[in-house]
Amino acid sequence: MRGLTKSFSGTRALAGVDLTVVPGEVHCVLGQNGAGKSTLIKTLSGINQPDEGEILWQGEPVAISDPVTAIRIGIATMYQELDVVDGLSVAENIFLGHEHDRAGVTDRRRTAREAAEIMARLGHPQIGPGREVGTLSAANKQIVSMGRALSHDAKLIIMDEPSAVLDSEEVKNLFRVVRELTKAGIAVIYISHRLEEIREIGDRITVIKDGRTMATNLPVSETPTKQLIELMTGRTVDNVFPPRVPVADDAPVLLSVEGLALSGVFEGVDFQVRAGEIVGLAGLVGSGRSEIVETVYGARKSSAGRVLVEGKALTPGSVRSGVHAGMGLSPEERKSQGLILDEPVYRNVTLASFARWAKGGVLNERAERQEARAQLEALELRPADPDRAARTLSGGNQQKILLARWLVHGTRILLLDEPTRGVDVGARAEIYALIRALAAQGTAIVVISSEIEEVLGLSDRVLVIADGRIIHESAASAIEEHDVLDLVMKGSAA
Amino acid sequence: MSTQTVSPHAGDKRSVLNRALGGSAGRSLGLVIALLALFVVGTITAGDRFASVDNILTIIRFASIIGVISIGMTFVITAGGIDLSVGSVLGLASVVATLSWVQQFATSTNWIVMVIVAIAVGGLAGLINGIVIAYGNVVAFIATLAMLVAARGLAEVLANRTTQIVIEPGFLSAMRGELIGVPILVWIFVVVVAAGWFILNRTTFGRRTVAIGGNLEAARLAGIKVKRHLMYVYILSGLTAGIAAVMMLARTTAGTSTHGTLYELDAIAAVVVGGTLLIGGRGTIMGTVLGVMIFSTLTNVFTQNNLSTSVQNIAKGVIIVAAVMLQQRFANRSKK
Repeated sequence: MRGLTKSFSGTRALAGVDLTVVPGEVHCVLGQNGAGKSTLIKTLSGINQPDEGEILWQGEPVAISDPVTAIRIGIATMYQELDVVDGLSVAENIFLGHEHDRAGVTDRRRTAREAAEIMARLGHPQIGPGREVGTLSAANKQIVSMGRALSHDAKLIIMDEPSAVLDSEEVKNLFRVVRELTKAGIAVIYISHRLEEIREIGDRITVIKDGRTMATNLPVSETPTKQLIELMTGRTVDNVFPPRVPVADDAPVLLSVEGLALSGVFEGVDFQVRAGEIVGLAGLVGSGRSEIVETVYGARKSSAGRVLVEGKALTPGSVRSGVHAGMGLSPEERKSQGLILDEPVYRNVTLASFARWAKGGVLNERAERQEARAQLEALELRPADPDRAARTLSGGNQQKILLARWLVHGTRILLLDEPTRGVDVGARAEIYALIRALAAQGTAIVVISSEIEEVLGLSDRVLVIADGRIIHESAASAIEEHDVLDLVMKGSAA
Repeated sequence: MSTQTVSPHAGDKRSVLNRALGGSAGRSLGLVIALLALFVVGTITAGDRFASVDNILTIIRFASIIGVISIGMTFVITAGGIDLSVGSVLGLASVVATLSWVQQFATSTNWIVMVIVAIAVGGLAGLINGIVIAYGNVVAFIATLAMLVAARGLAEVLANRTTQIVIEPGFLSAMRGELIGVPILVWIFVVVVAAGWFILNRTTFGRRTVAIGGNLEAARLAGIKVKRHLMYVYILSGLTAGIAAVMMLARTTAGTSTHGTLYELDAIAAVVVGGTLLIGGRGTIMGTVLGVMIFSTLTNVFTQNNLSTSVQNIAKGVIIVAAVMLQQRFANRSKK
């Protein structure tokens, strides 16, 4: 393998992308949502055909007419939504579509042996070939998916946001595997919008925006973050996090949580949030941080303790009681827990409050739409069309729909679980500014994020969670990212 | 200048057209075409026997009973559920309403008693379905399958496997009558359709139904009482089965445990062909009505041409698949 070159121009979503990948490198493709990353991957893996331009593979022009051709010439793709079959074993998944067989009867022993070899090569000999994939963690499923790529003898592996479903420990392991692969001369195209990851794993960067290459072959080690963000967004970004607004000493306590517990998950959780304050919860996936917020909200029924809004206790396990008292949740999984994707934007906005405009059970859609539209204009939703299906909006704008839902409802306590997950860098700053502006208007806010930098940058006060307990509390300005990391690691080890 | 102003305008037009085709009107368009095609075929093959006012009324009357059940079914399916019990609940309600003591009581008071009893039986069966599904966390398919079997069994026990003739004169004269030349059965169908459309599209009840079917968890986290609402939806479906039982009594002048056998399948087919998503979150009353009308017209065309019900069933199967494929076409076009 001497070197592979690809250049395209002209598919509708892609208006001229040039990209060159050499063996043994990790080539990062960086771009905001909608920049054309997915289309690019689909074109390389044979799902889409380029209208113009050509793909050169090992110096020769090739037509990748379908996914089978892509695999045959040595391009394997790991999609964001893991394409493993839960009901099959590890070995069966690895050899899915090219099973070893004799006259249609699978050769189980050979399959198992080769699958074990591949897992060992990926540094995971502990995952037995006979294990059912459904019982594996997301991280290990990804390893299986990678195993499938290796079983095809892939020379180029495309990874579409592989870290999206992983926590930090698992990401480290993923990187180790990626390094093994590149050492063996395999090229990797790594798609992500997490800059810190790209710094760690990438060799060179190509930035695309609006389906065009903005810059290519930027060396990872020498390109400043600021330049990358500017290339991605097309505008200069100075300060990502808005300045803190000091909370007045006499600001009333809106939310107080006393000795809250959910058996087997967390216990003894006490904290208070005052009007205008942003409290951040930092912790690993599985530390109980999401469960704490969901229990405060009433989506889970606490086993002990109580939640008070302005001094009044809520009914445990009743979302309605929380909503009624003025609490709103923007859930961790925006699409599966927050939005009705095929319904128009305005109905998503009014989901918690449409009954307010109804008379005798008859809806007043005009009033509803008007209210939603006003709120969406204030939040600068793009596109500003309240009748569009929520599905068609980007992550950042979908997040705005959820914020709008609670603003329309008149919520004074906002619980935000991963408000910027799947939101690209440019839109993040906008979401941060919105959250800060809400606090400045007297809303009490609780924020969860896996990105510690985000928790620290956005919050006034930080609670560090490990193993279902609050292990540390301090002002966000008084603690550094690595301190939080140390606490989190120590806490979960203990 | 002119090109700059014209091109976005043209783009708008196309998107409006696409939106219309992707919207409920567009999804219904294929159904209207299919219905018209059936009318053309009927007129060509059976001539005046088919294309007469009387025959059209026959088609609608034939559609009315399944039609009423299908309206309830539209709500259940829109909410992401399924109700397999409607046919046998119809049978049970027809039996209870024609028990001799019920009829005697009706004769000594008012024939409306029979109507109330039938609808109450339907509502009660729906309530049980709703409680088992929403609060007992039993999958709707299983819960209503159990109700299908049990209601049929109870009806057999109560009727002692006999056919109970409707002897209440007031009921028969009122329900078998006509209003402005249109049979009462058809009027009931029209009223149920109108009410169903209004409830689904214009009320908080309808909005909650769509929201729960579209994303149950999101609805719950937005503070909607999901369990209670699901229960209401199954009660609604039971009530329509009860109304259908009243209509069945009027048409056949008898109550029996075999009434409504397999009606659940016809209702589900009509709803799905009509464009309501089987996974929930999108429902259309007009689509359901068109779906029912297509099957009813098909039956009529076949009967007019003396073709067997077996051939008719084959045609039904083909229509179900073709209609759904056609809708997906329109849906995809609107996405692009």
